[in-house]
Amino acid sequence: MLSTTTSPETGRAPRSPDKRRRGIPLAHLDLHHVSLLAVLGVLALIGGLTQPSQFLSTDNLQLILTQASVIGVVTVGVTFVIIGGGIDLSVGAIVALASVWCTTVATQEFGLAGMLLCSLLVGLACGLVNGVLIAYGPMVPFIATLAMLASARGLALQISDGKTQVVTVQPVLDLGLPDAYVLGIPPLVLVFAVVAVLGWLVLNRTTFGRRTVAVGGNPEASRLAGIAVKRQRLLLYLVSGLCCGIAAFMLVVLTGSGQNTNGDLYELDAIAAAIIGGTLLSGGRGTITGSVLGVLVFTTITNLFALNNLQTDVQQIAKGAIIVAAVLVQKGRNSA
Amino acid sequence: MAPLLTMTGITKSFPGVRALDGVDLAVEAGEVHCLLGQNGAGKSTLIKVLAGAHQPDEGRIEWREEPVRLSNPVAAMRLGISTIYQELDLVEHLSVAENIFLGHEIARHGLVRPQEARHRSTELLGRLGHPEIDPEVLVGRLSAAHQQVVSMARALSHDVRLLVMDEPSAALDPDEVDNLFRIVADLTSREVAVVYISHRLEEIRRIGDRVSVLKDGRVAAGGLAARTTDTKQVVALMTGREIERPFPPRRHEEPAPTTPAPGSGPAPPPTPVLRTEGLARQGEFSPLDLTLHAGEVVGLAGLVGSGRSEILETVYGARRPTAGRVLVDGRPLRPGSVPAAVRAGIGLAPEERKAQALLMLESVTRNVSVSTLARFATGGWLDRTRERQAAHAGTRDLSLSPDDPDRPVRTLSGGNQQKVVLARWLLRECRVLLLDEPTRGVDVGARAELYALVRRLAEEGVAVLLVSSEVPEVLGLADRVLVLREGQVVHTAPAQELDEHRVLDLVMEGSASC
Repeated sequence: MLSTTTSPETGRAPRSPDKRRRGIPLAHLDLHHVSLLAVLGVLALIGGLTQPSQFLSTDNLQLILTQASVIGVVTVGVTFVIIGGGIDLSVGAIVALASVWCTTVATQEFGLAGMLLCSLLVGLACGLVNGVLIAYGPMVPFIATLAMLASARGLALQISDGKTQVVTVQPVLDLGLPDAYVLGIPPLVLVFAVVAVLGWLVLNRTTFGRRTVAVGGNPEASRLAGIAVKRQRLLLYLVSGLCCGIAAFMLVVLTGSGQNTNGDLYELDAIAAAIIGGTLLSGGRGTITGSVLGVLVFTTITNLFALNNLQTDVQQIAKGAIIVAAVLVQKGRNSA
Repeated sequence: MAPLLTMTGITKSFPGVRALDGVDLAVEAGEVHCLLGQNGAGKSTLIKVLAGAHQPDEGRIEWREEPVRLSNPVAAMRLGISTIYQELDLVEHLSVAENIFLGHEIARHGLVRPQEARHRSTELLGRLGHPEIDPEVLVGRLSAAHQQVVSMARALSHDVRLLVMDEPSAALDPDEVDNLFRIVADLTSREVAVVYISHRLEEIRRIGDRVSVLKDGRVAAGGLAARTTDTKQVVALMTGREIERPFPPRRHEEPAPTTPAPGSGPAPPPTPVLRTEGLARQGEFSPLDLTLHAGEVVGLAGLVGSGRSEILETVYGARRPTAGRVLVDGRPLRPGSVPAAVRAGIGLAPEERKAQALLMLESVTRNVSVSTLARFATGGWLDRTRERQAAHAGTRDLSLSPDDPDRPVRTLSGGNQQKVVLARWLLRECRVLLLDEPTRGVDVGARAELYALVRRLAEEGVAVLLVSSEVPEVLGLADRVLVLREGQVVHTAPAQELDEHRVLDLVMEGSASC
């Protein structure tokens, strides 16, 4: 047999030339992202065919993006946690707590800046508690964040007494009005875009991102390589908490109020979006791009169902099917 | 005699690799048939075909002269083919008995009968020479050696006619290996055929009947007589080149065979780099005073469980000492802190490469740079070009093959993965290198390269602390050897004053009493 090109060391294919795919960012889009884009395209097509006048209207596209923004910011944080080998079940509850806390009568006296700061601090504080319990407890992330879910929701109910707290600070309400749109883009969407781009940069271009992937992929090897694994874990939950704080304030702007039922089941939507975006639930692999696409797919489906007057139960079933399909497609590709 | 198993023209390709290329193999009942070959030669693929885990693309398999298809592991087991893989596949949270009968539980009307499983487990463990293993204890609490015994008991719990063992001795101590060989002899006396894979030529000479050598997915030589074939010939078949002397000479051996008289020559006094003062961990090892000098290789010889790995990991800060301290350049390190040890210039190549050292999903570059990231970053922002160039320079220096910095590290052979781990510490310019079983799972050719590398590093002034189960490796590489028994240093001597028998004597002496 003439197999002169196999190297004796590995018996594998000839060594690949020392080249690398570089250049335009689009060339980095992997197959999974392309297929998610294709799914979005199909959804847009269905929307265009079933509700031609409504679906592609500027108002509707703005609505889809705005709805995607709040859960999108949460998903970016959750993606970091999952890639780092953890899970955060408390994001929805933290959003509720932060939105309630920053809309109390007392907080509203401090105006927009005070409310924003309050929301971010509540998010960070919850993330800190999660992170300390998980990294230094040490507690299993599932348990620690489940406990946070229960406590934060309870505290949100206690603070608000179950009432909707209406925002009276005009600058906050103004942010949600069409007058605040920049080139037709709602400010909330811009916030999401900024968070997503920052998330991508941090994950792909910084030591923090690299360590996140390492710790999620092999915590023991990371520890023995000299990475401060505990600190990294703590920081990851701070990132997630901060994202929740941002999202909570966005929700307050969007709804003009804060209530303890805000962010209901956000944890499921965010985790699901990350998973269909290609993030490994076991950690060590995932992308911000995939998560953003995952959020857009989910939000578009919700919008399509609403436009076509379909019930939310059908919508939930469809989401479940998409999660299963996305994971099966990835599995098929990995084993091929 | 008609062979029990005949494989003819077995071919198996994976994307980009032809793992098996027309392999013929005949195994007779009652023989120990050894398979030799470098990593990537196709041994693992061949035994997976035999176990029904892989389907060959081409080729015929005959069992007792009847053509068979091993379409899945259950089909292979039904014929009586059992496989013990290198990575043990036991369920830690189940008991010994539950593991032994996993998949073929002893049950009546769907209800398991634990008593009978226990009873039969005791019987099997007794037959394997380990009646002391309690069938009710959880497997996760057993030592590696005992877990191996449980794996064998599981294989024997089937009506086994052909037993495939993939490097069964890799995690075993010498006396455990003796026991393993006793079991193998017992099996073959009952006409069970054993296919035995090992990197250790001396083992093959001890228990093998015939040897087949695989190279690049083909049989380089089939059915050689195991006891009489010359080592050099076997190594030459595996590598295509003869390795005369795997251990490079020590620096002071090089110029002349005469020992330099003290005070002669301009040799500078050795600089102590690392010192331990009464370093100890309760229940693992007794207070240890050790000084490592720049350019010195110190070997730790001892059985598994003698505290070798524990000492390395404690020096490295991965375990917190219960007493004593570690000093680098005279400055004490923060106890139990890996980052502190790494900052001080200590690097560890741990025993379990895949579990403890490598990020298997990541590229070569990222695995090399992981301990040096801060150097390529300004304010946390990575300069990826510089990172990649530095990592590539390091791996090229170690002649990594294939020399592709973007290749996922999981696709490399064991020897090359070890080079990646070493490149990580070389990039950090570490001054103390702790090597725990550096050549485990590494083939003969790559071993010689690693030996040369360790020696070169020492010449460049790195202090090396080496742990190995293979006494010749410790003797061949180290300048000074510390012999450990039950966590205690029982002997220290220059390597030249020791030989394998002496070390084994020291290591085993009195170990029967506990």
